[in-house]
Amino acid sequence: MNTAGPMTPRPVVVRNIHIESDDVVTLDLATESEAWSFQPGQFNMLYAFGVGEVPVSMSGDPSQTDRLVHTIRSVGAVTEALCRTPLGGVVGLRGPFGTPWPMDTVRGRDLVVVAGGLGLAPLRPVLYDVLRYRSDYGRISLLAGARTPEDLLFKREVERWKQQAAIDVHLSVDRAPAGWNGQVGVVTSLLSSIDISAQTVAFVCGPEVMMRFTVRELQRRRVPAERIYLSMERNMKCAVGFCGHCQLGPSFVCKDGPIFRYEQLKSLFWLPEI
Amino acid sequence: MNEREALERHPFAAGLSDPQISALLPCARRVRYRAGAVIFREGAAATSLYLIITGGVALEQHVPGKGDLALESLGPGDLLGLSWIFPGGHWLLTARATTDTDALELNARDVLQRMDLDPALGFALSKHLVAQLCQRLERVRLQRLDVYRAPK
Amino acid sequence: MQGTKRQPDHILNVEGLAQLLRALRADAYRLVGPTVRDGAIVHAEIRGIDDLPAGWTETQEAGTYRLVPRGDGALFGFSTAAQSYKQVFFVPRLRLLKLRRKDSSFTVEHDAPVTSRLALIGARSCDLHAIEVQDRTLLTGPFADPDYAARRSDLFIVAVQCGQSGGTCFCASMGTGPRSTAGFDLALTELFEPHRFLVQVGTEAGERVLARLPRALATESERVAAEGVVEQTAQSMGRRMDTTGIKELLYRNLEHPRWDDVAERCLGCTNCTLACPTCFCSTVEDTGDLTGESAERWRRWDSCFTLDHSYLHGGSVRTSTRSRYRQWMTHKLASWIDQFGTSGCVGCGRCITWCPVGIDITEEVAAIRRADGACSGEGGAP
Repeated sequence: MNTAGPMTPRPVVVRNIHIESDDVVTLDLATESEAWSFQPGQFNMLYAFGVGEVPVSMSGDPSQTDRLVHTIRSVGAVTEALCRTPLGGVVGLRGPFGTPWPMDTVRGRDLVVVAGGLGLAPLRPVLYDVLRYRSDYGRISLLAGARTPEDLLFKREVERWKQQAAIDVHLSVDRAPAGWNGQVGVVTSLLSSIDISAQTVAFVCGPEVMMRFTVRELQRRRVPAERIYLSMERNMKCAVGFCGHCQLGPSFVCKDGPIFRYEQLKSLFWLPEI
Repeated sequence: MNEREALERHPFAAGLSDPQISALLPCARRVRYRAGAVIFREGAAATSLYLIITGGVALEQHVPGKGDLALESLGPGDLLGLSWIFPGGHWLLTARATTDTDALELNARDVLQRMDLDPALGFALSKHLVAQLCQRLERVRLQRLDVYRAPK
Repeated sequence: MQGTKRQPDHILNVEGLAQLLRALRADAYRLVGPTVRDGAIVHAEIRGIDDLPAGWTETQEAGTYRLVPRGDGALFGFSTAAQSYKQVFFVPRLRLLKLRRKDSSFTVEHDAPVTSRLALIGARSCDLHAIEVQDRTLLTGPFADPDYAARRSDLFIVAVQCGQSGGTCFCASMGTGPRSTAGFDLALTELFEPHRFLVQVGTEAGERVLARLPRALATESERVAAEGVVEQTAQSMGRRMDTTGIKELLYRNLEHPRWDDVAERCLGCTNCTLACPTCFCSTVEDTGDLTGESAERWRRWDSCFTLDHSYLHGGSVRTSTRSRYRQWMTHKLASWIDQFGTSGCVGCGRCITWCPVGIDITEEVAAIRRADGACSGEGGAP
């Protein structure tokens, strides 16, 4: 963090824009010379000049140090302004913040990655990491759900992973137009098509309801609470533990999360309005 | 894998005794569908049930102006078809193989008859049916929640 | 304000106190002390002894605060000031940044940090503990708040041992008072007949200032009298809270029917969080001007009682008053302990006094304890 204090964004340039779907874009952010580093699961605060700031997980390859990649869905004033930033435009950035997916825990084991909707974005760095050090891991499955085939993120890349067969990829959509030959149904239904071993670790990210269903299904498949990891989301204003908004029971999602072991959350996870 | 093994390994028959398996076996025949083939059609008489062994099946509904929309996908271990449970039923949806699919087709009338004759078998299969129904209901509920919808 | 070695106590008369305040001003300290303003005793900048609330006290009850004259001309004859020092160090509104477009990028400017020397005059034990509690949030995490750090970096603290407990006070239950035992440079106990102050020395800085004042050594009987003052206060606390296993108590009662009950009364007005000396929630507001050339970032106090506090795209997590009161109270008394190793409550009683409907946190805890394990509606882990 620079001397200007933890609340000061620094300007970064939009170097590349990928249109993912109607309302989702991926921005590659960079400066002239800076080498960045982050761990899968961490996030940055992105600032749209004069509009506001939001937390956005990094969705890029951790081994690419010349840019930080963020996948953003336009859902409000700030995200809309960020999504509209043109090539060469500037946004503010501070971070990285938060806890990472526990890659060390998975080494030598099987991993099932369950992503719902935009939840695939913070999990993509995990898959990059796994592909890079493929022999360090056991079976890797990606189960990704989306609203429609249109909304599936990173389509070409996911298709490539599927072809390469280094990852066992399963996709499902909640609703499909005529002609869709893929899976239709909730992402949890994909779990029945994969093998779960006594060593399987699960990383889950998506809307909270989807994560609740997934946890229930994983537990039915006998994945214990200490091997399920979730990425949680709460309102966040500062990302450095000052503003109090992101509290989830005793935890601050900004610094104790966003990645939590399900075992840690168990007592609160099922309570409404916590 | 012969028909007996296929039946024994399918979750629908899990926990059944050897004699119960033997009793069901004459109702079953091995069927295979090429990708794209229609297994049954909406509106037709529901006289069979299918235990999917490998492959995948889409349950579709024809919506005028939109074509055949896939509503749900089924895969290995799933039970295909529920409308047979009450005699005289008709399929509510069309089932189409999305990939090459292997299944056991069971004659519904014969299965129902055996369930009546052997209440223990009837009860065991009923439990599996209820479990399957619950699971499908749960999935449909989540699907209906439309959790990935853009917030207003 | 490091560890105290037992110093002899001294006596200052009223003129001696006036000289103390003058000496501190001479040392370039701004004085923040109690003074009467708008019908209440508040902490504000004072010039000297004449600004102190001579002859005034107050009555505090749930939802009630009234100034009342007292006959003895006491300068510190009240219990707690209407506000703590929170707004002095953790200011309600703060500009964090000024940003300006430059070429295709932007530049950032910061206001110079405020580093004035402050002397807190008449600080109570509960409020001193509250500063320590806020320090844990704003100074000792992975990041420190630079503005807060600057504002509280150069303090001289003249504590006052409480001579009177208020109707809503319960510091004795929270282990935060009424006796100040550390965290001050000098501590006064107000004595009468004649009107004078017993002075305890907390630090060398305190000792050095005291050395410049006309003073006498305290006699044994004056010491005993001073002890008696604070002992009497401890005995007459207006409220008490049983804190036995309070974290576990609240954690296991997140579905207690009392939350429904309090939600019927709570207006969600946020008064308790604003009056609380430790509540630290803030929001960050980014603004831009019409030309799009410049922008600012402001921090302002926020409250977990607002609907916006838990807003996520699509809706708020805590939509009911029930869940918001539960969040506030379980945070204050339970999860704070997990987060910062201390309770978030110092027992000052302000949340009770300033609640427009008189909700009493001590009573809410007691009600949950009385029916420990009761459960409203469904819930719990599957």
